[in-house]
Amino acid sequence: MSIQLKRREAVQNDEVARYERMIEIREFEEQINGLFATGAIRGTTHLCLGQEALAVGLAAELRPSDIVMATYRGHGIALALGLSPESVLGEIMGKTIGCCGGVGGSMHLCDMDLGLLPTSAIVGGGIPIAAGAALAFQTQGKDGVAVSVFGDGASNIGAFHEGLNLAAIWNLPVIFICDNNIYGEYSRINTTTPLLDLHERAESYKMPHFAIDGMDVKAVQKGVAEAVNRARSGGGPTLIEAKTYRFAGHSRADQALYRPEGELEMWQKRDPIKVTEEDLLSRGLLTADRIAQIKSDMSTTIEGVVATCQASGEPTLASMFQNIWTPKGAINK
Amino acid sequence: MSTSSVMRFRQAIVAALADEMRADSSVMLFGEDVAEAEGPFKTSEGLLKEFGPLRVRDTPISEMAFTGAAVGAAIMGMKPVVEIMFMEFLGVALDQLVTEAAKMRYLSNGVISVPMVVRASCGSGLGFGSQHSQTLENWVAATPGLKVVCPSDAQAAYSLMRAAIQDSDPVMVLEPRILYAERGTVDTSHRIEIGKARVLRVGSEVTVVSLGQMVNVSRAAIELAGVDAELIDLATVVPWDRETVLESVKKTGRLIVVEEAPQSGGWGSEIVASVTSNLFGTLKGAPFRITTPDVPVPYSGVLEAKFVPTVEDVARQLKESIASGTTPKSWWELEGLK
Repeated sequence: MSIQLKRREAVQNDEVARYERMIEIREFEEQINGLFATGAIRGTTHLCLGQEALAVGLAAELRPSDIVMATYRGHGIALALGLSPESVLGEIMGKTIGCCGGVGGSMHLCDMDLGLLPTSAIVGGGIPIAAGAALAFQTQGKDGVAVSVFGDGASNIGAFHEGLNLAAIWNLPVIFICDNNIYGEYSRINTTTPLLDLHERAESYKMPHFAIDGMDVKAVQKGVAEAVNRARSGGGPTLIEAKTYRFAGHSRADQALYRPEGELEMWQKRDPIKVTEEDLLSRGLLTADRIAQIKSDMSTTIEGVVATCQASGEPTLASMFQNIWTPKGAINK
Repeated sequence: MSTSSVMRFRQAIVAALADEMRADSSVMLFGEDVAEAEGPFKTSEGLLKEFGPLRVRDTPISEMAFTGAAVGAAIMGMKPVVEIMFMEFLGVALDQLVTEAAKMRYLSNGVISVPMVVRASCGSGLGFGSQHSQTLENWVAATPGLKVVCPSDAQAAYSLMRAAIQDSDPVMVLEPRILYAERGTVDTSHRIEIGKARVLRVGSEVTVVSLGQMVNVSRAAIELAGVDAELIDLATVVPWDRETVLESVKKTGRLIVVEEAPQSGGWGSEIVASVTSNLFGTLKGAPFRITTPDVPVPYSGVLEAKFVPTVEDVARQLKESIASGTTPKSWWELEGLK
């Protein structure tokens, strides 16, 4: 079994491993801004600080043969599904060690062995694609499930409505997860959207829907499991709204100065890492010492990942010309 | 087994779809009214009956959703063919084709292929007005990762459709709507490779490169003008067959592109630029294009007939350019309409 699949298996089987993966994502994301400052990262990135529980809870409930179509805010989901930190950070740094060999960047992470389609940098763009992956499962008679994760802003774009409608009429094994972090880019949801409970939009498509606490990995797992069971057993699509909060701005350039005073602090009380820590402590699965150790070890690990990625080579000029068309005789994986 | 028969262009499309669906159970077809109604232009006649509702599906009027669904299905092992009823409707789905499908291989480090086909009827001549009559090749011509073909007769409709479905990458098939009813002989064993132009007439005085419904116009114009022209049906817009075109112009020394698209920004500009850059010193005259004027497609029968390059006008420009060595004026320049 590959290291990636072992990483996946860990979050599927072990709740302490899920906690550790959330710590990994947090440590990872916290390195990004510093790497920008040194010039090691260019362009932009979209951090998922505060949204670790959704990523890990989702990965825990899916098989590697299921399909996930995520977005440009995808570092956490990639790590949760099992991509190595080196392959994710390497890609963000544009190095050969990256999962896409450095031609993709932060917004385009992929590993088909783990079911991660190339993350899309187009708001809503992945929604019909996930429906299509589900269409393939259905037509082939497989029990696979496709998942599309997207933000609250995507619920206002045509692809959302067209994709949900198509999935509903064809009863496709697909789960739509709206990661409602309250802001679409720099705009608060109440200024862009006439309802706050976005899962209610599924009513128009006669699709089962519900909200989950996206700050609690166990709540995420429970909701995803329900939708997975429905999809796998031929019951069709579900719209899940995960109530989350983005601790950082939309992207690298955004200081998030538009947030009302106290809002961030209010959500930080529900920091998914804290929520899980309290749960694991209360059930005696972790001790304060062990938590400190995990955090300290992870910090060291991520420092090592940064060093490895910095040492990785730059892509060759020839790599720019590769993988545009499929070579004759190649077989679609 | 090789079988030749006479059929309409649209029937050649049906035959190609059916033959591919028989040969490969992963081929499926979906789009607006393609199943029960068998396609608004009858390009899926009998397919629902033969292949059933799992593989032949009607969709809502949701080009973005079903084009995107084709991307996802193709990645996961199907070979979907989707029908865009009128090429203009691709506008609302362009993201899925240009920004998603065409990038998947690049953004997966070469792991993913997207063997999907997008068919779209296109072009003028049937009085559908300015929002249902454009060719719009240029919407999809500048996207590495996409292939674009355009058949000009029933044989090409059959052979290119089969090649497109067999291809591992996304292929756009532009179907000139005015040709659907045209009859032609189709040899089902005849293959046309994507990326290969078809030399339909061998000649020595001038090379005429054309595409889609302009191929018939060019052929008739060559006859009318009485010139010894080499007629090339480009057949594939991306990746276009540089070699065949350059070899031909090396021989004839002259190039005329006949194109059903506005004068500005058309695929023919690429052909002219390439030939001019590569063969400048050997040319007997400036390569040029015969196009439509830079106007939307007009509805009136009188105007639409004049809008698209006509046999008479192409013949005039063929004769004039060979006789004088200069580039003829367009009809609208001669009419003082520019």
